[in-house]
Amino acid sequence: MSPATKTINFTLNGRPVAADVKPHHNVVEMLQTQFALFGARESCGQGLCGCCTVLVDGRPVSGCLHLATFLDGTEVVTVEHLATSGKLDPVQQAFIECGAFQCGYCTPGFVMMTKALIGQHPDPNDEQIRDYLSGNLCRCAAYPEIINAVKMAARNSKAGSTG
Amino acid sequence: MVAATVSGGEIGRSLPRLEGRDKVTGRAEYTHLMQLPGMLHAKIFRSTVAHGRIKSIDTSAARNLPGVYAVYTSDDVRKVIAEPYYGPAFHDQPILAIGKVHFVGEPVAVVLASDPHVADQAAQQITADYDELPAVFDEVEAAENKTLVHDELKPAGTFADLKHLKGRKGTNIALDFRLRRGDVDKAFAVAANVFEHTFRTQKVLHLPLEPHASIADYRDDGITIYSSAQGPSFVRTEIARLLGWPENRVRIKVPYLGGGYGGKLYIKLEALATALSMLARRPVKIAHTMEEHFYTITKHPSTFRIKSGLDKDGRIIARKCEVWWNGGAYADIGPRVTQKSGFTASGPYDIDNVSIDSYALYTNLTPAGALRGFGVPQLVWAYESHTDMIARALKRDPLEFRKQNLLRDGRPQATGTILKDTAIEKVLDRIAERLNWKQPFDRGKGVIRRGRGFAVALKAVISPTTSVAIVNVSADGSTTLYCGTVDMGQGSDTAMAQMVGEVLNMPAESVRVVPRDTDVTPYDMGTLGSRSLFHMGHAVRLAAEEARTKIGDLRRELGEPEGSNASLADLFRKKYGMQAGNIVGTGIYKPDYIPPDANGLTTNATPFWMVAGSGVEIEVDTETGQVRITRLINVADVGKPINPKIVETQLSGASLMQLGFSMFEKMHIDGGQVTNASLADYKIPGIHDVPPVMENEAVDTYQSNGPFGAKGVGELATFGLSPAIANAIEDAVGVRLTELPLTAEAVFRALRAKANKPLGDE
Repeated sequence: MSPATKTINFTLNGRPVAADVKPHHNVVEMLQTQFALFGARESCGQGLCGCCTVLVDGRPVSGCLHLATFLDGTEVVTVEHLATSGKLDPVQQAFIECGAFQCGYCTPGFVMMTKALIGQHPDPNDEQIRDYLSGNLCRCAAYPEIINAVKMAARNSKAGSTG
Repeated sequence: MVAATVSGGEIGRSLPRLEGRDKVTGRAEYTHLMQLPGMLHAKIFRSTVAHGRIKSIDTSAARNLPGVYAVYTSDDVRKVIAEPYYGPAFHDQPILAIGKVHFVGEPVAVVLASDPHVADQAAQQITADYDELPAVFDEVEAAENKTLVHDELKPAGTFADLKHLKGRKGTNIALDFRLRRGDVDKAFAVAANVFEHTFRTQKVLHLPLEPHASIADYRDDGITIYSSAQGPSFVRTEIARLLGWPENRVRIKVPYLGGGYGGKLYIKLEALATALSMLARRPVKIAHTMEEHFYTITKHPSTFRIKSGLDKDGRIIARKCEVWWNGGAYADIGPRVTQKSGFTASGPYDIDNVSIDSYALYTNLTPAGALRGFGVPQLVWAYESHTDMIARALKRDPLEFRKQNLLRDGRPQATGTILKDTAIEKVLDRIAERLNWKQPFDRGKGVIRRGRGFAVALKAVISPTTSVAIVNVSADGSTTLYCGTVDMGQGSDTAMAQMVGEVLNMPAESVRVVPRDTDVTPYDMGTLGSRSLFHMGHAVRLAAEEARTKIGDLRRELGEPEGSNASLADLFRKKYGMQAGNIVGTGIYKPDYIPPDANGLTTNATPFWMVAGSGVEIEVDTETGQVRITRLINVADVGKPINPKIVETQLSGASLMQLGFSMFEKMHIDGGQVTNASLADYKIPGIHDVPPVMENEAVDTYQSNGPFGAKGVGELATFGLSPAIANAIEDAVGVRLTELPLTAEAVFRALRAKANKPLGDE
C-alpha cells in the first residue's frame, strides 16, 4: 500500500543533505517534516500564492507543487539561509524598513522571489518587479510597500556587492 | 538595562514593526505551522447537500484504512459534550452535524491519523445518505419564511450588546433591528422629489493566507488550545461553557495570525478540536486547506432598498432603509452586523426623518460573519451610490449636494447620538481637492472614456466592550506589556508598545509585548471592528499610568529629591537591597453606552465615530467593459496617528482588499454548492491590480476621548471604494451598476442595454 520511498541527495542551504521521500511528498512537506524548516509554507496548495517559494539551482520554485524527489542533485536555498550569520540580507532589511508586510505569512515567499529577481535583474524596473512578483499574493495587500522594498533592496544589494 | 529618562516622543513615530525580524526570516509563529508531540491530524468529511436529514453515515472503509486512529461523528461528540452547539450570538452551530445538514460543506464526520495524508485519504472514503429538503439561498426570499433553515432559534447571552435576542420559531429572521426617527411617511408625503433604488452585494470571503488552524490538547484537569483566533478571551469563555468548566482550566494561546480580517473571530475550529482531543485523549490539530475557508465563514451578501425624499431646496428630509443580510446557515455574529451597521444605514447625512429595518437572515449557505467593516461597506455601497444618483438626477454637483446634507459635529445622527470628533467634511474636502474636483475633467472621446467619483462614510464602533492590560516593570527597569489584542498584521503590538513607552518615557523597542495567552494576558473582548487601538489603547495607557504613579510613590518613599535622575534599577535596588521586585500597573477600560430603545434610538450609541472616504479616477474600455483604476485616493479620520507609517499601510491594504471585493471577487454558487472554491478560480488582488497612483491620507484631527488622541483605523479604507468606482463608471460612460462586483461583463452588459442592444442571458 505504502508507496516506495526514495533517498535523495541535495544541497540545502549550503550543506549536503539526504532525505527519504515518497513520490507524493512536495518540497514544503519535506522541508517541514525532515528539516524543521517552516519559512516556506503551503497556503493555496496550487502554486498560485507564492508562500512556499524556495530557490532551486537559483530559480524560484513553488514548493507546494514541486515534488521533493525532483530535488535530487540540486542546490536548494530557503529563507532560513539568508540571515545565517545573524545579519539580515539587504532584501529582508528593506522589507522591514519599508513596512512591506502586515501579517507576514507571505513574506518569506516575497523575500525569496525578490532574491531571484535581483539575482537576474540587479536594477529592476517597475515592469520587471510586477512581472516577477505577480505569482506572490499578499492578502493584507502591502504591494505598494513591497515594490518600494524591492527597489531599496536592489540599491542596497548593489552597494553591498561593490563596496 | 533600560534608562528611565530617555526622551519620549513615542506617539506619532513611524517605528517599523517590532516583530519585523521574525517575519522576514520566516521565524514568526503561526498556528498553522505548529506541532505538538503525539499530535494527530484531523480531516473533515463535509456535507454535499445544502439542506437535508442525515439518513446514514458510512465510515467503515475509512476506519479500516491502515494508519487511521479514529473516525468520529456527532454521536461520538455527544458522548463527551452533551450540548455541542456553539456561537457568539446564537448557540446554533453543532460541532459536527446532528440529524440535519444546513449547507454544502458543513462538517459531518472527522478522521484522525498521525499522517495527514492518511486522514485525508480516509475522509474521502466516507459516504453519507441524505433526505434532501428544500433549501433557501437568497436573503430576500428567506425573509418570506416559506422554507425554514432551522426549526427553532437558539440565542446565546454572552455579549452585553446582544442580550435582548430571544428564541423564535417558524422564522429565518435571527434579528430584526428597527430604527424610527421622526415620521418618514409624513415627510415623503410632502417631499418635492422621492428616489428609490435597490443595491446588492455578492458573497465574498476573507481568505487569509494562513487558513484557519487550531490544536487542542485536552487533559482531565485542563485544556490548552493553540489557535488562529482573533478573540482568545471569547474562545476561552465558549470552551469553558461547552465543558462546564471554570475559565481558569481553559488556556488559549494565540501566536501571530497570518491574516484575519474578521474571519478568525469568535469561535471557529476550537470547539471541534476540543471534542476531538477529548475523544482521542491526544493533541489534535485541524489545519484547514484554502478550499475549506469557503465552507467556514464569508462576508454577508446583502440587499438594500433605500428611499429618500427631498424638499424643493434639495435637502434630504426623509430616508427609508431596508436591509436584508444573508447570514448563511449559522448566525455567527450576523445579528451584531445587522444591529450595529443598522445604526448608520442612513449614511453621514443630517436627515430628520429616518426609518431603518435591518434583518439578519438564515439561508442554506456557508455562514457569514464579520469582514473588515461589520456590514458597513455593504451599506456605504448602497447609500453613496444612491446619493450620487440623486445628485445626478437633480443635476446637482455631487460634492455640493453632499455638503448641503452633511452631518456635522453637534448634530444628532440617526440614532439620536450627537456627533462628536468627526471630520466628515474635512475628509470630503480633501478627497475633492486631491481629485481637483472643481476643475474641468477630460472624459475622453474614443473607445477609452474616463470618469471620476468619490464616496464618504460613517461608522459607529461597537459598544460596549471591555479591555484589560497589565504593565509590569521589572527590577532592572525593563518593562513588559500583557495585552490580549491579537496582532494579525495591523501592527497592534508595536502601537501598544509605543503607548507604554510614551507614558513610561522609554523607547517602544525596549517594551516586551507578551503574545496572547489567556493564562497570562488579561481579558479583551476581541480584536475586531477597529476597536483595539481605542479600547485596549486606553487600558494600556491606564496600566502604564498606574505603573508610573507607583514609580513616583517609590521615589518619594525612598526620599529621592524632586527631579532626581535615579534609574528604575537604582530604585528597586535601594528598596529591596538587590535586583528584586516588580511594579505592576493594571488598566481596565469600558466606555459608557446606552442600548437603543424599541425605536433604535439612544443618546450614546458609540464611544467614537469612524469616518473615511475614497476617490477614484478610472478608464472604461467601451468595447470590452474593462474598468481600469488609474488613481485611487483614500482619506480617513483616524484621530492622531500613533504610528503614521502603519496607519498608511492599513489604509492602503484595506483599500486594495476592497478593490477585490468591488471589481472581481465573487463566490459562484450553484444549488448551494460553491463552484470556485480555490485561488485558481476565485481571484484576489495581486500586484498587477495595484493602481498606478495611490494616495492615502489621515486628515489632521484629534479624538478628544481617544488614547493620545487616537482612534481605530483597520476597516476605514474599505468603506467608500465600491460606490466611488460605480459613481466614476457612470461619470465615464453613463451607466449605473447596482450590484457588486463591477466586472467588465457587468459594465459591458450595461453599455449594450443603454445602446438598446442588450446581450442575452449568460
